[in-house]
Amino acid sequence: MRFCLRLLLRQLALAVRRPIEIGQPLMFFAMVIALFPLGLGPDPGSLAGFAPGVLWVTALLANLLSADTVFRSDFDDGSLEQLLLSPQPLFLSVLAYIGAHWLTTGLLLALVSPVFALMLNLSPAVIGSLVMGLLLGTAVLSLLGCVGASLTVGLKRGGMLISLLILPLYIPVLIFGTAAVQASLDGISAVPYLAMLAAMLCLAIALAPLAVAAGLRISVDA
Amino acid sequence: MAAPLVAAEGLSLERGGRELFRDLSIAVRQGQLWQIEGENGAGKTSLLRILSGLSRFGYAGKVTRTSAVLYIGHQPAVKSLLSPRENLAWHVSGDASYPRNEIDDALARVGLNGYEGVPTYTLSAGQQRRVNLARLFISQVPLWLLDEPFTAIDRRGVVNLQSRLSSHIEGGGAVVVTSHQPLEVACDICRVDLTGSPRF
Amino acid sequence: MWSFFHKLGSPPWLYSIAGTVLRYLLPLTVLALASGTVWGLLFTSPDFRQGNSYRIIYIHVPSAVVALAGYYVMAIAGAVSLIWRMKMADVAMKATAPIGAAFTFIALFTGAVWGKPTWGAWWVWDARITSMLVLLFLYLGVVALYEAYDNKEAAGKACAVLSLVGMVNIPIIYKSVDWWYSLHQPASIKFTGESTIDSSMMYPLLLMIVAFYALFTCCLLLNMRTEILRREARTQWVKKLAEGS
Repeated sequence: MRFCLRLLLRQLALAVRRPIEIGQPLMFFAMVIALFPLGLGPDPGSLAGFAPGVLWVTALLANLLSADTVFRSDFDDGSLEQLLLSPQPLFLSVLAYIGAHWLTTGLLLALVSPVFALMLNLSPAVIGSLVMGLLLGTAVLSLLGCVGASLTVGLKRGGMLISLLILPLYIPVLIFGTAAVQASLDGISAVPYLAMLAAMLCLAIALAPLAVAAGLRISVDA
Repeated sequence: MAAPLVAAEGLSLERGGRELFRDLSIAVRQGQLWQIEGENGAGKTSLLRILSGLSRFGYAGKVTRTSAVLYIGHQPAVKSLLSPRENLAWHVSGDASYPRNEIDDALARVGLNGYEGVPTYTLSAGQQRRVNLARLFISQVPLWLLDEPFTAIDRRGVVNLQSRLSSHIEGGGAVVVTSHQPLEVACDICRVDLTGSPRF
Repeated sequence: MWSFFHKLGSPPWLYSIAGTVLRYLLPLTVLALASGTVWGLLFTSPDFRQGNSYRIIYIHVPSAVVALAGYYVMAIAGAVSLIWRMKMADVAMKATAPIGAAFTFIALFTGAVWGKPTWGAWWVWDARITSMLVLLFLYLGVVALYEAYDNKEAAGKACAVLSLVGMVNIPIIYKSVDWWYSLHQPASIKFTGESTIDSSMMYPLLLMIVAFYALFTCCLLLNMRTEILRREARTQWVKKLAEGS
């Protein structure tokens, strides 16, 4: 457990030393969201209608693109081999990587999302359910995204592949995440949808690290 | 006699339709130094990775390990954003935590004094490898699997490293090393020669 | 039991037993497909609401059923190859992916063809169609991952992990898509749902489902035999086989 915590801190230290990499998913998020009014037209009413979906799809993509890099540098410099040989339980080590990824992308995305929600003319009343949904949902996305990353990290031309593998798995999160926002818009409680996201998170925490661990062993061995 | 730290029985490996070795058996015991020889592509690295447990499929045979493994591969296994000191502290923390002066001491042994705190990406390729090799001067793990440890290391560094191998063997450790160079060590060397077609 | 399990792992044995099974199964499949098609297309009465266009269910429904089952076949084969390191399970998994993708595509295509006269559009975001689309993506992901690896043994393991992850996710995806559809769908245009099917239409459908399962099995065995030959190309028994024919 202490090892896991140290690994988490190391990953965070690495991220902090190259802050631009933390900024990238956020900038991507901002830019893609700016594209939608340009494509859909500036009418505030229709933008507000699309806003829950736009915010969530963009968060999905930002998460996916950054998940691709979680194990990449460790694979390239050989640190991953050392991790697999370490006597520590791989399940926890993997959780540390995923946790660091969530802290540097999902958490930040959720925190800045109110700004973009307001830019898309989303009612301030629903921001609570948007942020809560993103907090829970991006954690699931990080877990699933790392499964894809672990399976493609050994491939030289893996870039696009991870999207093909993982985007279909993101669908339930997208559905319940947008539904939570929509429910608040309609004046209904968003709690059931958030509870669904939390349930998915529990399932993903229990199972995804197993798949990631298996994926890493395969990738290092390939 | 104590159980071998790592033993392989009846190992066979094919790569790309070519048989690299067949029915190879090896038992590495305490106080032994094994050298795996063979030309490029003979399967030296593959054999070492099978012994380490990194390779888990693609071969036939049985491998039993009774010890933790210190493995040094082709890549330096250092994070370029961390300093040598942080890298080393991180590496050895797998088995125990070491005080900072021991870590600095190990770095000094590989000729990196004065570089302990700089980001590793400012170091040369050879120096980055030395950061990794510094683990050998601090680790308590008895079984070492070293893949071409002398690559990109200057002559003094090689001499230094070879004397460290000797002292590890004397202290009851075991080393398996792949190398093209003849080793100059103070102990006997057991050899596995992968040159040519399959051996029996 | 164990000796059977052991034999199942032997390529020549599996190759020959698959050949034997195919010799009997293939004619039966053709027979069932032909009779099911003729029965369904010619000897059932037209639907009172959809007329003759409904008859496409004799292809659409069986291919959808088999496509979904195929994913489970693939995932279970993948699990067996991961857990017991059985190479022939790996062959089965690899062979299933393109077949499953093909059946999924047939289901989607016939669904679109059916949708045109029924809904007036080639594509509607109906829950079942959307789920089938996701299933197609999942299959294609496995195929793409397999092709991306140079080391085919690693490719098999990676695909096994991916298909297991997919297997856990499929029920969740299906349920959430179902639920998403019911949320966005005004109740009046509900076509599927509690529609009942007359037994005169039902029996040929059941026959076609059985026939499609048999067809799937035939395709799988044929594909597995090809894959076995490819992997074992340098062994004695394959060389002997090639000389013999």
